[in-house]
Amino acid sequence: MLEVFRQFALDLKASGINLTILYDAFDFERFVSGLMTTCALIVICTLFSILIGGAGAAVLALSRGPAAMLVRAYVALIRNTPLLVQMYFFYFAVGSLMPVGQNAIGLPVPMIGNFTWAVIALSLYAGAFNIETFRSGLGAVHNSYEEAALALGYSRFKAFRYVVVPLGLRFSFASLANNLVDLTKSTTVAYAIGVAELLYVSNQIWSDSLNTFEMMNVMLAIYLLLTGIVVWIIGRVQAAMSLPGFGAN
Amino acid sequence: MRSATQDGALVSLRGVRKAFGSIEVLRGVDLNVAKGQVVAIIGPSGSGKSTILRTINGLTPVDHGVITVGDITVTDPRVDKVALRHRVGMVFQQYNLFPHKTVLENVAMAPIQVLGEPRRQVEERAKDLLAGMRLPEKALSYPGELSGGQQQRVAIARALCMQPEVILFDEVTAALDPEMVKEVLSAVRKVAEDGMTCILVTHEMRFAREAANRIYFTDKGVIVEQGEPKAFFENPRDPRTIEFLDKVL
Ligand SMILES: Nc1ncnc2c1ncn2[C@@H]1O[C@H](COP(=O)(O)OP(=O)(O)OP(=O)(O)O)[C@@H](O)[C@H]1O
Ligand SMILES: [Mg+2]
Repeated sequence: MLEVFRQFALDLKASGINLTILYDAFDFERFVSGLMTTCALIVICTLFSILIGGAGAAVLALSRGPAAMLVRAYVALIRNTPLLVQMYFFYFAVGSLMPVGQNAIGLPVPMIGNFTWAVIALSLYAGAFNIETFRSGLGAVHNSYEEAALALGYSRFKAFRYVVVPLGLRFSFASLANNLVDLTKSTTVAYAIGVAELLYVSNQIWSDSLNTFEMMNVMLAIYLLLTGIVVWIIGRVQAAMSLPGFGAN
Repeated sequence: MRSATQDGALVSLRGVRKAFGSIEVLRGVDLNVAKGQVVAIIGPSGSGKSTILRTINGLTPVDHGVITVGDITVTDPRVDKVALRHRVGMVFQQYNLFPHKTVLENVAMAPIQVLGEPRRQVEERAKDLLAGMRLPEKALSYPGELSGGQQQRVAIARALCMQPEVILFDEVTAALDPEMVKEVLSAVRKVAEDGMTCILVTHEMRFAREAANRIYFTDKGVIVEQGEPKAFFENPRDPRTIEFLDKVL
């Protein structure tokens, strides 16, 4: 830990603001590990949720059969139930059905840990919203583009892959940014199943160090920063993909 | 000048009928286009001109009748769509260039992705075609950076790059500012003079008269009258043709 920070934090403490995470090595490490866990949740779930969103939207766009019905049912279920309930459902209900392994000294260890359950629940949650986002993005692509591709001999699938998807993606960014900001904030729900993410460790810190007020402010600042980074990254991707004269910029 | 006979025809429509819901849009259309011929279809808005073109390349399936292009039976449900659209090119009123692809990619992508032709060879051809359309310096621009007239000439090059036997032009100047109409019409004219079989839907009567060697007049889903341009424009016989020409000339 940088000596300057440490000194600054101790000065602050003298004036009544007790930021243990800046001068206490133990709190600092807890905090950093919680922050890392939160970042890991954000990154991993963002990737999976985008994959789920893309796959689901493709199914909705290309098929009318039972697969599309299944996707619609999944989206409806996720969007209309609380995330906390979904998280508990996976961890307690589905988790209880999963096989249990053993660790080196013979104690039972679940094959799927709480971090993994959080990843599954959050990815499915954000994935459902991303399906809606990509579906409406694809829907915003005027069908004259697909038609031009068909007239050039593209199959429906190839027209989708090479023309509709690249254009639809560009209509999806604003809504995608919303979903991923929501996902970033929603990682705190993993606290409920004991994932040692940022909120979890912060709770430990303020319980031990009795600096609830300070830690609450730190929480707000950190999440504001994290969502800011998410929005910034999507903005950069969007700018890199913007097209001259195309309405989705 | 050659007159179209059914057996000499490259494109032939026999008794083509098409309804959208309860509205009969084509009510028995017969049309023959010989190889190398330039045919203009004129008629009031909503009379089914675009629909005729779209049935020829199979974008709009018909209810009754037979359409053939060379040895391909378009109305056969098992028609090879790639072969059909290889043979029949189309240029749209709104250009419908792919905004996410450069001009060169727009022209070259279908022969590469659909016909599997070698990229280098196709790109050479595409560059030649762009030069022919007097757009060689625009190869790396995006469609959104071009004027309407330039975009439409790219669209013509794109259709030509598939090396079709016939090209369908659907009111290709209707979306253009007046000062760009001429450049596009002369591009179409060049394509026709190079021997391409062309079926043009147009509201430019003077152009139809100068460029086409046969005129078809449609009204309410039937072909009311047809003839060679001079006879058609100077001595129209059907009262509906006379009324229409009175309005537009
Ligand atoms: N996909 C469709 N679904 C329903 N109705 C359609 C469809 N396509 C065309 N129509 C209708 O069919 C009729 C003929 O349309 P079409 O586009 O062929 O006319 P057109 O002669 O090309 O007219 P315009 O000069 O305005 O382009 C119109 O009444 C139109 O509304
Ligand atoms: Mg039309």
